[in-house]
Amino acid sequence: MAYYEEDDLNRFSDIGKYRPDLFEKFMAWYQACQEDGALSKREKALIGLAVAHVLQCPYCIDAFSQSCLEAGSNLEQMTEAIHMASALRGGAALIHGLQAHNSVKKVSM
Amino acid sequence: MSTVLPVIQPALKPQPQSHVDFDEKLATHGMELRAATVDTLQVNVGKLCNQACKHCHVDASPARTEIMTRETAEAVIDAVRRFRIPTVDVTGGAPELNPSFRYLVTEARAAGARVIVRHNLTVMFEVGQADLPEFFRDHAVEVVSSLPYFLEEQTDAQRGHGVFRKSLIALHRLNAVGYGQQGSGLALNLVYNPVGAFLPPPQAAIETDFNRELSNRYDIVFNRLYTITNMPIKRFLDYLRRSGNEERYMRKLVEAFNPNTVDGLMCRNLVSVDWTGRLYDCDFNQMLELGVAPELPQTIADFDPERFARRRVMTGSHCFGCTAGTGSSCGGAVTAG
Repeated sequence: MAYYEEDDLNRFSDIGKYRPDLFEKFMAWYQACQEDGALSKREKALIGLAVAHVLQCPYCIDAFSQSCLEAGSNLEQMTEAIHMASALRGGAALIHGLQAHNSVKKVSM
Repeated sequence: MSTVLPVIQPALKPQPQSHVDFDEKLATHGMELRAATVDTLQVNVGKLCNQACKHCHVDASPARTEIMTRETAEAVIDAVRRFRIPTVDVTGGAPELNPSFRYLVTEARAAGARVIVRHNLTVMFEVGQADLPEFFRDHAVEVVSSLPYFLEEQTDAQRGHGVFRKSLIALHRLNAVGYGQQGSGLALNLVYNPVGAFLPPPQAAIETDFNRELSNRYDIVFNRLYTITNMPIKRFLDYLRRSGNEERYMRKLVEAFNPNTVDGLMCRNLVSVDWTGRLYDCDFNQMLELGVAPELPQTIADFDPERFARRRVMTGSHCFGCTAGTGSSCGGAVTAG
């Protein structure tokens, strides 16, 4: 059995088989988040794509790649969003280096 | 409003979305597809084209030989004159390559019709076609031209190597004779097709991008941008099958069905005629050889707009392409989104 099945993307609603009330609440929230608001659907799709890469969720990467295309973004713009998320992730790791430095200093003369 | 959201479509079962019957889908919304009137005659003068685009629903190319004869073109013009058809929309292939093209445009204009030509831009560089901008201008033709994206990579991927650069030169020539320029009265409308198996973005948003990018990068102006959904027919269907995207694309179209698009579908005010003079409800039905309802006249020689108004429109699964999201027609999106 593969850990990720492509078709599962189309079967997500099967999660709602149990506790459909919770799934419906999630769906209402999820859909409302993606509508045009102070941010455009295009901006939200790019945020989704960036977050999907940080989460490293293949379903989300697939879905939000399509969303970005259908919101009018191109690969250059999408790649910038991915770099932004990746750089932040890298930076967040790197700044923890100070924790290591602090730890070392604490026990050093 | 787009009805497609990423990842989740809770009301939908995974199988078999691509096999949903279009008429049944309409019926679930209490609708049936009937024409309202006939204000446009869309004339497909043949399949000959100087390009062979990957998404072409006509399967047009330089190798195709099917083109409208002068006799059929005269029957078209006879119908335009007799019934005072308001709009004649000339398409192909590259319609300019038909020897009767200029006759059709000139006579349709003389009959008082608004004339739209679906001009692929690069045909301007074929032998004997260099004066097309002036010909269009002199006959006040409305030019509609495909430019799937404002970048070379995407455009050439769909329309062929070198098409983007040629298209820019052609657009500059059209701009130079007044097309797309404010106050000129010469309309230059561009067409965005997705370069792949996905739906178009909202028309207003991508039009803003095209305006900004074509102006800033290339000093090109135009009037409107129409977004048109790729139809799962002929060459685009071949692409979907080759790339393993057919099921997914069809499911996407069905899931994005928007009943608010039905009133504005082009088949409700248009009749399509093919290179032999046969009649269809739209250019897509024409390519599928799905003629008008059998109780109606079948050829342009027998055409009667009164009988075609309120007619039953023939449908197929491809019709989901026109009702997905904000809808799609030869004039772009059919709802505001």
